[in-house]
Amino acid sequence: MRFDWLYRESGRIAELFLWHLGLSVIPVVIGLLLALPLGWLAQRAGFFRSTLLGAAGLLYTIPSLALFVLLPLVLGTRILDPMNVVVALTVYALALLVRTVSDGLESVPPDVIQAANAMGYRRLPRLFVVELPLAVPVIAAGLRVAVVSNVSIVSVAALIGTPQLGLLFTQGLQLRFLTPIIAGIVLCVLLAALLDGLVLFAAKRMTPWQPGGAER
Amino acid sequence: MIAWFSDPTHWTGSDGVFALVIQHLIYSGVALFFACLIGLPIGLYVGHTGRGVVLIAGLANALRSLPSLGLIVLLVILFGPVFTSDMAFIVPSIIVLVLLAVPPIMSGTYAGVAAVDPAAVDAARGMGKRPLDILFDVELPCALPLIFSGLRSATLQIISTATIAAYVSLGGLGRLIIDGRAQNDYYQMAAGAVLVGALALLVDLAIGILSRLTVSPGLTRRL
Repeated sequence: MRFDWLYRESGRIAELFLWHLGLSVIPVVIGLLLALPLGWLAQRAGFFRSTLLGAAGLLYTIPSLALFVLLPLVLGTRILDPMNVVVALTVYALALLVRTVSDGLESVPPDVIQAANAMGYRRLPRLFVVELPLAVPVIAAGLRVAVVSNVSIVSVAALIGTPQLGLLFTQGLQLRFLTPIIAGIVLCVLLAALLDGLVLFAAKRMTPWQPGGAER
Repeated sequence: MIAWFSDPTHWTGSDGVFALVIQHLIYSGVALFFACLIGLPIGLYVGHTGRGVVLIAGLANALRSLPSLGLIVLLVILFGPVFTSDMAFIVPSIIVLVLLAVPPIMSGTYAGVAAVDPAAVDAARGMGKRPLDILFDVELPCALPLIFSGLRSATLQIISTATIAAYVSLGGLGRLIIDGRAQNDYYQMAAGAVLVGALALLVDLAIGILSRLTVSPGLTRRL
């Protein structure tokens, strides 16, 4: 490890780290916002369930590098546009989370729904006040997988030149120099652990009734 | 892009599409073989005995966050001087592919065995089967659907990462994307991307069919 190199390059590394953070988080947030209504639809209607989950599985099959390369054709963007990476990762996050949201809503016990009905909840308030909060543990488990795998997939975008920590890997190979590669791997793992912990923490705060959850 | 596909010189020869598909499949197959060799026994052991559950769950999570591109580049630089010839990038690439494929196979196998109906295991024990016979005659067949789903994600992971490994000169369809990028030939990149996507979908389909053929109809209620 050449710490003097790290020190000299710290400004640029910090900038790449922020890019990496943004490229990992924004797609998951958009994906979750889209997955909530779609997952709800999938859970309610049998026809939507098989089509939506089938389409999601199909999208998840496409290798990331292929998606990064093909999206400019679909979106009309330039190959270097970070938008390609954001859209590709949103697609992955969405494909994963539609199933998660639908499974989460499915996990709500029928008794609870009947009790909510008996208390006079209408469909939408029941969804937001009763069903979604109870689905949080399952949705959070899916979010953790989505966020952690996103951090790893983002670095692949270095091969088409999008700025993020992956550029440290390509630079390291070109220079035959280990320091940037190790720094990149460590920062990626740290970022993944940080985001994972954040989701875990938020989920615990939102479900105080769970064992080991936050105090009421 | 249609023009790219309709040029016959792009299909044949040592760097044609056919040769690249074969290379891609060979590297993926070798990696999958070794990943099964490691992942299946561990998954069966943990599922059968219930020991080491926390360990493999933690391992799977830790490996998921490792950036595959970084790992490949790191191993190529470390191993590069050890090997001569093409092995200098083939061995590191295969190691990374195996490393990424073991966790899904391991957890799929473990989850499958752990989810087997205890009544079925009890019945087998009551019939006088020994532990190893229970494992291979009852638990393994009942666990097949989840084993296949683990195998499926492992295979997709391998095909996807083998594409990336083209960056360290591994052969396969990733070549079209990486070389296309270097030569600023977007159509070649797009053609490579389409082919990789198609390959992934076809292999996924093949595993799906294989799982339909091998999973006992008694499990899927298709009797």
